[in-house]
Amino acid sequence: MKRLLMTAASAALAVAAVAIAATSHTASAADKLKIGFVYLGPVGDLGWTYMHELGRQAMVKELGNKVETTFLENVNEGPDSERSIEQLARTGHKLIFTTSFGYMDPTLKVAKKYPKTYFEHATGFKNAPNMGTYSGRFYEGRYIQGVIAAKMSKSGVLGYIASFPIPEVISGINATIIGAQTANPNIKVKVIWVNTWFDPGKEADAAKALADQGADVIMQHTDSPAAMQVAAQRGILAFGQDSDMIKFGPKTQLTSITNNWGPYYTRAAKAALAGTWKAEDTWDGLKEKMVVMASYTNMPDDVKKLAMDAEAAIIAGTLHPFKCPVVGQDGKPVECKNGKNLEPGQILGMNFYVKGIDDKILGK
Amino acid sequence: MGLLEAIILSVIAASTPLLLAAAGELVVERSGVLNLGVEGMMIMGAACGFAGAWFTGSTFLGALCGIAAGAALSCVFALLTLGLAVNQVAAGLALTILGVGLSGLIGAGFVGEKISPAPNLYIPLLTSIPFIGRILFGQDLFVYFSVALVAAIWWFLYRTRAGLVLRAVGDSHTSAHALGYPVLKIRMFAVLFGGGCAGLGGAFLPLAYTPFFIPGMTAGRGWIALALVVFSSWLPGRLAAGAYLFGAVTILQLHAQAFGLGIPSQLMSSLPYLATVVVLVLISRARGTAGSAAPASLGMVFVPDR
Amino acid sequence: MLLVLEKRAERSAVIAITSPLIAIALTLVTMSVLFAILGKNPIAALNVYFVEPLTDSFTLMEIAVKATPLVMIAIGLSLCYLANVWNIGAEGQFLMGAVCGSWLAVVTNGTGAGPWVLPAMLVLGALGGALYALIPAICKVRFGANEILTSLMLVYVADLIMDYLVRGPWRDPKGMNFPTTAAFDPVATVPTLIEGSRLHSGAVVACIVVMLAAVMLGRTIKGFEIRVVGAAPKAARFAGFSSDRLVLFTFAVSGALAGLAGIIEVAGPVGVLQPGISPGYGFTAIIVAFLGRLNPIGILIAGLFLALTFIGGEGVQISMKIPLDLTKVFQGILLFYVLACDSLILYRIRLITPYRKAADGTA
Repeated sequence: MKRLLMTAASAALAVAAVAIAATSHTASAADKLKIGFVYLGPVGDLGWTYMHELGRQAMVKELGNKVETTFLENVNEGPDSERSIEQLARTGHKLIFTTSFGYMDPTLKVAKKYPKTYFEHATGFKNAPNMGTYSGRFYEGRYIQGVIAAKMSKSGVLGYIASFPIPEVISGINATIIGAQTANPNIKVKVIWVNTWFDPGKEADAAKALADQGADVIMQHTDSPAAMQVAAQRGILAFGQDSDMIKFGPKTQLTSITNNWGPYYTRAAKAALAGTWKAEDTWDGLKEKMVVMASYTNMPDDVKKLAMDAEAAIIAGTLHPFKCPVVGQDGKPVECKNGKNLEPGQILGMNFYVKGIDDKILGK
Repeated sequence: MGLLEAIILSVIAASTPLLLAAAGELVVERSGVLNLGVEGMMIMGAACGFAGAWFTGSTFLGALCGIAAGAALSCVFALLTLGLAVNQVAAGLALTILGVGLSGLIGAGFVGEKISPAPNLYIPLLTSIPFIGRILFGQDLFVYFSVALVAAIWWFLYRTRAGLVLRAVGDSHTSAHALGYPVLKIRMFAVLFGGGCAGLGGAFLPLAYTPFFIPGMTAGRGWIALALVVFSSWLPGRLAAGAYLFGAVTILQLHAQAFGLGIPSQLMSSLPYLATVVVLVLISRARGTAGSAAPASLGMVFVPDR
Repeated sequence: MLLVLEKRAERSAVIAITSPLIAIALTLVTMSVLFAILGKNPIAALNVYFVEPLTDSFTLMEIAVKATPLVMIAIGLSLCYLANVWNIGAEGQFLMGAVCGSWLAVVTNGTGAGPWVLPAMLVLGALGGALYALIPAICKVRFGANEILTSLMLVYVADLIMDYLVRGPWRDPKGMNFPTTAAFDPVATVPTLIEGSRLHSGAVVACIVVMLAAVMLGRTIKGFEIRVVGAAPKAARFAGFSSDRLVLFTFAVSGALAGLAGIIEVAGPVGVLQPGISPGYGFTAIIVAFLGRLNPIGILIAGLFLALTFIGGEGVQISMKIPLDLTKVFQGILLFYVLACDSLILYRIRLITPYRKAADGTA
C-alpha cells in the first residue's frame, strides 16, 4: 500500500507541476452572459479547434467580464455531442457555438428543446429560429494559393494533401486548380487522401510521397504543420493551413489561409448581450476578414503582386473563383443558374471536380 | 534521388517508431506480461521527449526524457500488475487513459513550439554512394538504434543466460519460481525496459519525424506496435519484418494515390491492416502454431507461494 | 522490510464490499491534494464529479444511455475472456453491426415501410457483428492466426468500410454531400422510454442481456463449458469440450452483442449513420469487462460507474473549467485504485522482515 501511495503521490505532483500554469477562472456574477463552445479536437491541435479557441480568447479579451465562457473539448460527433450541448444549455449558457459539421443534428435537437438559448453551428446548413450557421469562404484563399502555386512551381506539378472528401475540401481543390490554371493552363495536381484530419506522421508521409513524385509546391487540407516541415527539409515550397505556420517553414511558407473566428464570436456575443441576436446564415470570407491570408513570403515581387491583386479583386467582388463557365471533369460546363457565378449552395455542397484534376470523386 | 530510394527512405522512417515500441513490448511479453498501455507510454514519451529537447536543445537528452517518461509510466503498471497482482489487460488500458491525459497536461505548454530535428548521419563518401548510400549511411540515429535494438534483443533472448531465464519465466512462471528465479523482479525489469522502448518510440515522432508536439500525435501507433508483436509470433527477426511490411504498405498506398489510380482512398488506407492480417494467416497456415514462440504464461497473474 | 502479496485462503467478503469504498476514498485523497494544488476547491470538484450526476434525473438518464453500449459489449467480451479467447476488436464489430443494420434503414428510408423495420435492423446488426467477429475466429481455428492481431486490425478496416459507405453510396441525397445517411425514419428508430429524454429501450435490452448472461454462465452447460475451457483447457479436452467450437461460439456471441449495441446506438441516440458513431466504446468495454470481474452483474455496475466518470468529467469541465486531460488523469488513477483494491479481495499484503525473508530463502 505504501508503494501504491508513493506512486499516486508522485503522479499527483507530476500533474500539479505542469498544470499549475493552467488559468483558473473565478466565480461569475449572475449578470454575465454565459457562452459555451463545443470543440471537436483538443484545444492544442494547432489546427481547426485551436483556431476556434483563439477566437474564443479574442472574444473574451474584447468583452472582458461581460461574458463567461466554457468549452468542452474532444467532443465526439456521434452519440456524445447531443448530451454535451444540452449540458451547456441546461447550465445556463445562453449562446452556444458548436464548431464542427457533425454537431448539426444534435445542435438542432437541443435548440428545439431550449428555445430561449441561442445556438450557432459552424459549417452546417440546417437552422432554426434560435439556431444560426456560420462558416468561412475558405475557397477564396485557395484560389489565391492556386495562382501563387502555379507561378512558383518549376515542375508544373502541385501536391495536395486532402483529409476527407467533404464539399469544403473538394471546393478547395477546385478553387486551387482554377486559380492555378489562370497562371499555367497545363498545371497538374496530385491529390492524396489521408483519411484523417489529424495524424502528423501520416501527413508527413503524404508530403514526402508527393515530393518524391515531382510536386514542388505542397498544399494541405489537414491540420498539422508536418507537411510544411517536410517541404522545408526538401527545399520545396508549401502553404500553411488554419493558422500562420511561418514558424515551421520560414523559407518555405508562401502564405497560409488562416481562420479568424474572433471578430465573428465577438459580434455574435455583442448581439446576444444587446438582445438583438437573430438566427442567420453567415458565410464570410476575405472581405469580412473571417478568412485572412498570412503574409505573402518566399516569392518574387511580381508573384506577390499577382496574389495581392487577386485578393483585392476578391474583396472588391470583381473576381469570383467559381465564375461561370466552370468546366467539370467531363469537359461540360456546370449548370450556372444566375449566369455569373456558381450559387452558394453549389459551392457549399460541391461534389464534382473541375477539368484539370486527374483524381476521381467517390461515387462518380 | 530515385523514386525507389525515396520510397525506401520513407518506409524506414515510418516503421521506426513502430519497431522501437514493438521491440520493447516483445521483451515484456516474452517475460509473460501483457502491457496494453503502449499507446499511453508512447504519447508520454512524445510529450516528455519534446519537452526535454526543447529545454536542453539536445535531441539526445530529449530522447532520454522520452525513455524516462515511458519507463516511469510502466513503473506504475509494474507496481499494480506485479506488486498487487492486478489484471494486466485492464491495468494496461487504464495506463493508456492516464498517459493520454498526462501527456496532454505536460504538452499543453509546448503546442506551437518547434525544435530542430535529429540530424541525419553523414559520412563523407559512404553517404554519397548512389542508391544505398543514404539508406545505409544517411539516417538519423533512432533508425540505427532501432535496428541494433532488435538485434540486441535477439542476441539477449537466444544467446545469453539471462535471456533464457526471461523466456523460462514467460513460459512457466511456476516452474521458474520453483527453480529459484525471482519471477517478479525479472518481469519488473522487462516491463521497465518495454516502457523505455515505448517512450523512445514515442519520442522519435516529435524529435525526428515531425519536429513539433501536438496532443495525441501518436495517433494509434501504440496499438499497431502491439499488433506487430503478435504478428511476429514473438520472434525478433519477424518483428522487424512485420514493422517494415506495415510501413511499406502505408507508404506505397500513398504513392499509389499520388499516381492517380482512382481507387477509393478508404480501400487504400485499409491496405496496411489487411496486408498484416493476410500475411499472418499465410504464415500461420504454413507453419501451424509450431513456428510461434507465444509465451505460455502471457497475461497471467503470478503471486509467489510462500 | 518488504511488502509482499499473499493469497488468502478464501476470498474476503468484507473486502469485496469495502474495496470500492477504499478505492474511492484513496482517489478522494489523491484528487483533493491535486485540486488543492491547482487552486480548485476539492470538495466542490468531487461533488460535481461524483454526487451531482447522481442527483439529477437528466444526468442519471444520460449515465444509462452512455452505459448501455458499454455493458452490452462488455458482456460479450467477458464470455471470450472467460474462455481465454482474446477478442480485442469489439469496436470493429460494433461498427459493422451499425453498418449492416443501417443498410435496411437506408433502403427503406421514405418508403413508408411498416414497423417490422426496426426489429429486422436489430437482427441484421447482431448478424453483421457476429459475422465480422467470425473472421478472426475462423482465421484462428482454421489457420492458427492469433486473434489479438486479426480482431484489432479489422477495427480499422471496419471504420474505413463505414467511411466509404457514408461518403459514397449511402450518402443522404439532400445532405449537401456531407458524410451522413438520411435521418432514419421513425419506424427505424429505437423508441425512447421517457418523452423528451434520450433514455431509450436499448437500456432495457442491455439489462436483459445482463440477466441472460448471468443465467447462461451460472446455470447452463454452455456456461460451464466456457469456464472450464478458460480455466483448465486440458480438463476441458478430457471432458470432450471442443476449444475450436468454443472460439467460434464466443466470438460469434460477443460480435453479435457488439453489433447489436452498434445498431441500437445508431438507431437510438444518433439517428443516422455517420463517421464517429463510436467514441471508442469497443475499447472502453474491455476495461468495463475486467472492472466488472468478468461477472455480468459486476459488468453492469462497472459500466454505470465508468459512465458516471464520463458524465462527471464533463460536469467539472463546465462548472469548474477543469481541463479534460486532468479528467483523464483522474479516470486513470481511479481505475488503478479500483483495480488495486479489488486485488485485495483475493490477496492480503504482508510485511516481511529481512531475517524472515532470509530464513525463507526466497525473494
